[in-house]
Amino acid sequence: TRLGNIRKSAYSTTEKLTPFKDVTTYNNFYEFGSSKEGPSKLAPRYLKPRPWTVSVEGEVRRPRVYDIDQIMKLAPLEERIYRMRCVEGWSMVIPWAGLPLNALIRQAEPLGSARYVAFITLQDPAQMPGQQRELLPWPYFEALRLDEAMHPLTLLAVGLYGQILPNQNGAPLRLVVPWKYGFKGAKSIVRIRFLSRQPATTWMRAAPEEYGFYANVNPEVSHKRWSQKRERRIGEFRKRPTLMYNGYGEQVAHLYRGMDLNKYF
Amino acid sequence: MNLRAVHYYKPPIFIASLLPLALLVQGYVQDSLGANPIEAITRETGDWTLNFLLLSLAITPLRQITHWQWPMRLRRMLGLFAFFYACLHFAIYIWLDQFFDWKGMVYDILDRPFITMGFLAFVLLIPLALTSTRGMMQRLGGQRWQRLHKLIYVSAIAGVLHYVWLVKADLQEPLTYAAILAVLLGFRAVMQYRKRQLSGQPPANRASARPPAG
Repeated sequence: TRLGNIRKSAYSTTEKLTPFKDVTTYNNFYEFGSSKEGPSKLAPRYLKPRPWTVSVEGEVRRPRVYDIDQIMKLAPLEERIYRMRCVEGWSMVIPWAGLPLNALIRQAEPLGSARYVAFITLQDPAQMPGQQRELLPWPYFEALRLDEAMHPLTLLAVGLYGQILPNQNGAPLRLVVPWKYGFKGAKSIVRIRFLSRQPATTWMRAAPEEYGFYANVNPEVSHKRWSQKRERRIGEFRKRPTLMYNGYGEQVAHLYRGMDLNKYF
Repeated sequence: MNLRAVHYYKPPIFIASLLPLALLVQGYVQDSLGANPIEAITRETGDWTLNFLLLSLAITPLRQITHWQWPMRLRRMLGLFAFFYACLHFAIYIWLDQFFDWKGMVYDILDRPFITMGFLAFVLLIPLALTSTRGMMQRLGGQRWQRLHKLIYVSAIAGVLHYVWLVKADLQEPLTYAAILAVLLGFRAVMQYRKRQLSGQPPANRASARPPAG
């Protein structure tokens, strides 16, 4: 289904788009198994992204359960063409459609105690057959610091290539944080919870030495098992150098000023 | 099947062993290897290295259980195909993953345990491939040749560890390889133990006039 009235955004890159077919058949979405092709085969069959509700809860003045269609009307939808860098060393350029997360956060009115925002994926092995195995501690859980969540680049995506988000890409609602590794982008979100303390996220719990809370793209800090200096852009033969903050340093570097990025990786 | 029939079985098995490579080449040409073809080729050549390693390690148990002699005639070929796919796998790493960044590779091999293991598995296969000919076997002498070729166990263990340590979260496939390898090596350990019980002396003192068992 095509989405109407999507505005262009100044935050978009002009780089060459990764073909729709690659964006929708090469996915890390362990709720549908650990292979890259699995999600595109299973998610269209099993996941039911409508009707869908999202509970906004925790340290906020106005907790509320939203219908997905209400979220889509919180702000005008924008096209954001972002680079996406996976922690595994590959990258894509994806034209997302969505709204800035801060539009939803403003509605919720976080309390002074709210310092982190968590994003929790659906847990339902009937809709997500990969959850029948304990590949990861389910449900998938990700989080951002509140200032990261408020950043204008941080997107709640509801579509890509001008269409409703395909199931395998995290329908009906997913997070996109372009300066962080892709796994920060929780998919098929059912809960957005405001917290006063930094939580342990799913991959941190699965492999604490390998995945930190911040997961900012950083060519100087390698994954424990491979270098992050270079990446293979899907569709390209040679590898290209990985850029600090995935090339979004001008916009986001100030968030991490004074932090030891080797420690807070 | 008698031993001479192997002459008829060998060529088709040789060709079948090249099939994974043929399919990869075809897939690459037709662009049907998915969004990340180089990753697919890397993974497939790694899988087939392990497949052929395990196949060649299955020959001895198969012979001891069935008392068939003919599978022994295939063992060298299967082992050499393991080496062949390992060479492809390693060449892809050097070329398409590292693009001849030698410094990066040395760092990888020294500092990343899964690459250390993969490299070890590969390097250990080299002397085995070089001494796989009948001439080399004779030059080394049966017993020394056999002892050298026990390195295949170390190589296979390193190869499986390479896969186990590579995977992010889903260990199902690497652990399947590990389980099969454990059965194949466990079988040998049991046989060795029984033989020792029967002969009452350590295996090193055994005269080895029989064909090489690995």
